[in-house]
Amino acid sequence: MSGKGDNPDGKKALQMQTSRRGLLRGFSALPVAAVAGGGIAAAPAAAQEDTPYTPVFFSADEITFLTAAVDRLIPSDDVGPGAVELGVVEFLDRHMQTSYAQGGIWYMMGPFQDDVEPEFGYQGRLNIRDMLRAGIKDTDDWCVSNHGQKFADLSHEDQEAVLTGLEKREITLENVPVRYFWQHLRDETRYGYFADPIHGGNKNMGSWKMIGYPGMRADYTDWVEKRDTPYPFGPVDLMGKRG
Amino acid sequence: MAIDKEEVDAVIVGMGWTGAILAKELTEAGLRVVGLERGPDRDTQPAFSYPRVVDELEGSVHRRYLQSLSQETVTIRHGIRDTAHPYRQMGSFKPGTGVGGAGEHWSGCNFRPLPEDLKLKTMLVERFGQNFIPEDMTIQDFPVTYDELEPFFDKFEYVGGISGKAGNIKGVLQEGGNPFEGPRSRDYALPPQKEFLGSEMFRKAATELGWNPYPIPSANLSGPYVNPYGCQMGPCNFCGFCSDYGCLNYSKSTPNACIMPALRQEQLFELRANAHVLKVNLDSTGKKAVGVTYMDAQGREVNQPAGMVILCAFSLYNVHLMLLSGIGQPYDPETGEGVVGKNYAYQNLNRLTMFFDKDVQANGFIGTGGSGHTMDDFNGKQLDASESGFVGGGIVWARQPGAGPVRGISVPSGTPGWGTAWKQAVTDNFRHQYYFEVQGACMSYRDAYLDLDPTYKDGFGRPLLRMTFNWHDNEIKASQYFVDRGKQLVDVLNPLSFTGDAKTPGTKYNTTQYQSTHAVGGAIMGDNPKDSAINRYLQTWDVPNVFAVGANAFPQNNGYNPTGLLGGLAYWAANNIREIYLKNPGQPMVDA
Repeated sequence: MSGKGDNPDGKKALQMQTSRRGLLRGFSALPVAAVAGGGIAAAPAAAQEDTPYTPVFFSADEITFLTAAVDRLIPSDDVGPGAVELGVVEFLDRHMQTSYAQGGIWYMMGPFQDDVEPEFGYQGRLNIRDMLRAGIKDTDDWCVSNHGQKFADLSHEDQEAVLTGLEKREITLENVPVRYFWQHLRDETRYGYFADPIHGGNKNMGSWKMIGYPGMRADYTDWVEKRDTPYPFGPVDLMGKRG
Repeated sequence: MAIDKEEVDAVIVGMGWTGAILAKELTEAGLRVVGLERGPDRDTQPAFSYPRVVDELEGSVHRRYLQSLSQETVTIRHGIRDTAHPYRQMGSFKPGTGVGGAGEHWSGCNFRPLPEDLKLKTMLVERFGQNFIPEDMTIQDFPVTYDELEPFFDKFEYVGGISGKAGNIKGVLQEGGNPFEGPRSRDYALPPQKEFLGSEMFRKAATELGWNPYPIPSANLSGPYVNPYGCQMGPCNFCGFCSDYGCLNYSKSTPNACIMPALRQEQLFELRANAHVLKVNLDSTGKKAVGVTYMDAQGREVNQPAGMVILCAFSLYNVHLMLLSGIGQPYDPETGEGVVGKNYAYQNLNRLTMFFDKDVQANGFIGTGGSGHTMDDFNGKQLDASESGFVGGGIVWARQPGAGPVRGISVPSGTPGWGTAWKQAVTDNFRHQYYFEVQGACMSYRDAYLDLDPTYKDGFGRPLLRMTFNWHDNEIKASQYFVDRGKQLVDVLNPLSFTGDAKTPGTKYNTTQYQSTHAVGGAIMGDNPKDSAINRYLQTWDVPNVFAVGANAFPQNNGYNPTGLLGGLAYWAANNIREIYLKNPGQPMVDA
């Protein structure tokens, strides 16, 4: 496991094409202190608008897996936009570069123990990003052994069956407890889908518009006692953009 | 080589609520005080400024306002013969760090205890007999009464600008307040906060059931306010970022909003942030502290000599420092002897979430941490323990500290966790749900305690604090009783569906799910040094110039949130240090 953010398949790495025209306007002018702080350094923001995001942490194979997986976890459908179109894969790659994903706020000293009751949480030595990486490889290996193909090449139906197997812990992974791989895969996907667009996902506040979340308005004094009318305003993000 | 600093009159470890209170009081008394804070210095600007502070990913996932566990944590086990595991990722409870401590990221429920909460054991024995208390339950009375503490609760409430409605002023019941509370000298600093839908529905349903709802005493202010220190506060604007977050708006009662602006101007006070206290240094007799040793931001050891040492860290870390420094005899659960680490207790929380039609505009993103409604119909002496079959009351409440999608969206039972069905459920339910919680007391037990872990070390090479805690039958019964009360409210309100269940026999303490940061006990206050680590003035019995001011002092936990009692005890301790201790410094204030 490299854990260093290198990208052995860099030449093949996907350049994720997203319609982000205008979305990142003003991004580079954001003060550094507003992006990094509290010991949790954020991933560097994309430099230019219209520049496709080039993954830095995940390899091309890992990006292929993640693109397929998050597309099943939060599909594009009649309810609203899917994880892929909202940039969740870009979010994941950027999020893995933060101190948080590197175990920066976890107690990481040994001894480490296996087979601990789940009430005590994860007790192994892997941080989130290494856990995801190990789990992706293990899941792909499982798919090749059982279906003859990697996860991304399976039918949607088979992919969903694999995800269900992970969720129910019916699939055993080689290098990472399936409970925690599943938990982080699902949670990180949700974070990318719902977090402020400043972190790389939730393009154009698509998920907030879907659920009716006003984002960062942070002042509802005049609406606390309203009872019969739906809250009328769409979302605002941290950059002050309106959705 | 360690750096040696000039001696000061008092050194205070930790700059949360109690540290700020003690520092303010002691500098007012003319003492030269150094405040040491392990985390960074923080002030509303820029640490909590908009819009950065309302970033859910940073606040609730990266936990940027809470303690990092990378250098210091605890280990946890269920039973005294189990192996403890490090609390590696924060879940069940959330200690703070930085100036303001957990007093910055708290929600803001500011309860005083009931008079009978402070004399719990006496009340139970008088009403139900000694045999009613289970053999392994080690509850004790507080060695101080409600009436003694009343002026100090009042002081803390007026420093905080607490918003509420008195139920009892000098023995005269007040319409709209809590009829079961102890007498107050006057009403709250500000009137109750505006009501969100879930609170209104709680009030109506509880009234219909014949109960006595009243506004939660709220540290999220209902109006503009200037406190006795001259600190200006603004009305809460329901931004929805209280719990886990610092307040962007100077409208949550916090050390940084209410005390630090005045304290920072005191010539006799010096704040040193990023100063991690490693131990309290004792002289050769072991009966007198000579100061503390801390590690500064550059990793240098610094000796700070002081005439008195006041431990004001988070409850668990106060106990840790006492154990590491050899202050008091460590508790032994086998023999029941020793006092430091004894009677660790927690809080017993369960939640009921109700889902409604689209015409119910619950708008959970509108949030204020400590406002809402609750009731004391099953708390304190209102609970007939002979009928309920357990000890320790509790409250049911409606609170809405603010919901955002990164923090998680509750969906009806049976909803898949992903895919189109999940998307549909979060979309249908995000704006049309509210919840009630039941918060029960937690008793103390012979086998629930704190000591030093034999295996794991912190980033400074010290043994981690080890917590031994699990749910007992008493708390499981209580959980079921209070959840049943909550379900009666749910029945009145008739939602489409609801989720939430009580603990069941055998339910184990789960360290991965957030329950409450109300970790109390471990260095408890009492009448004598056999039963307690500190006396009624929060002075350690063994080293009279060391005080331990925190929720570590509680012999067990009440049904309420601890901060109001904690604030009152801090002002009580400070007042008595000024009035009694400083006349005979270094001497015990209570004869052992």
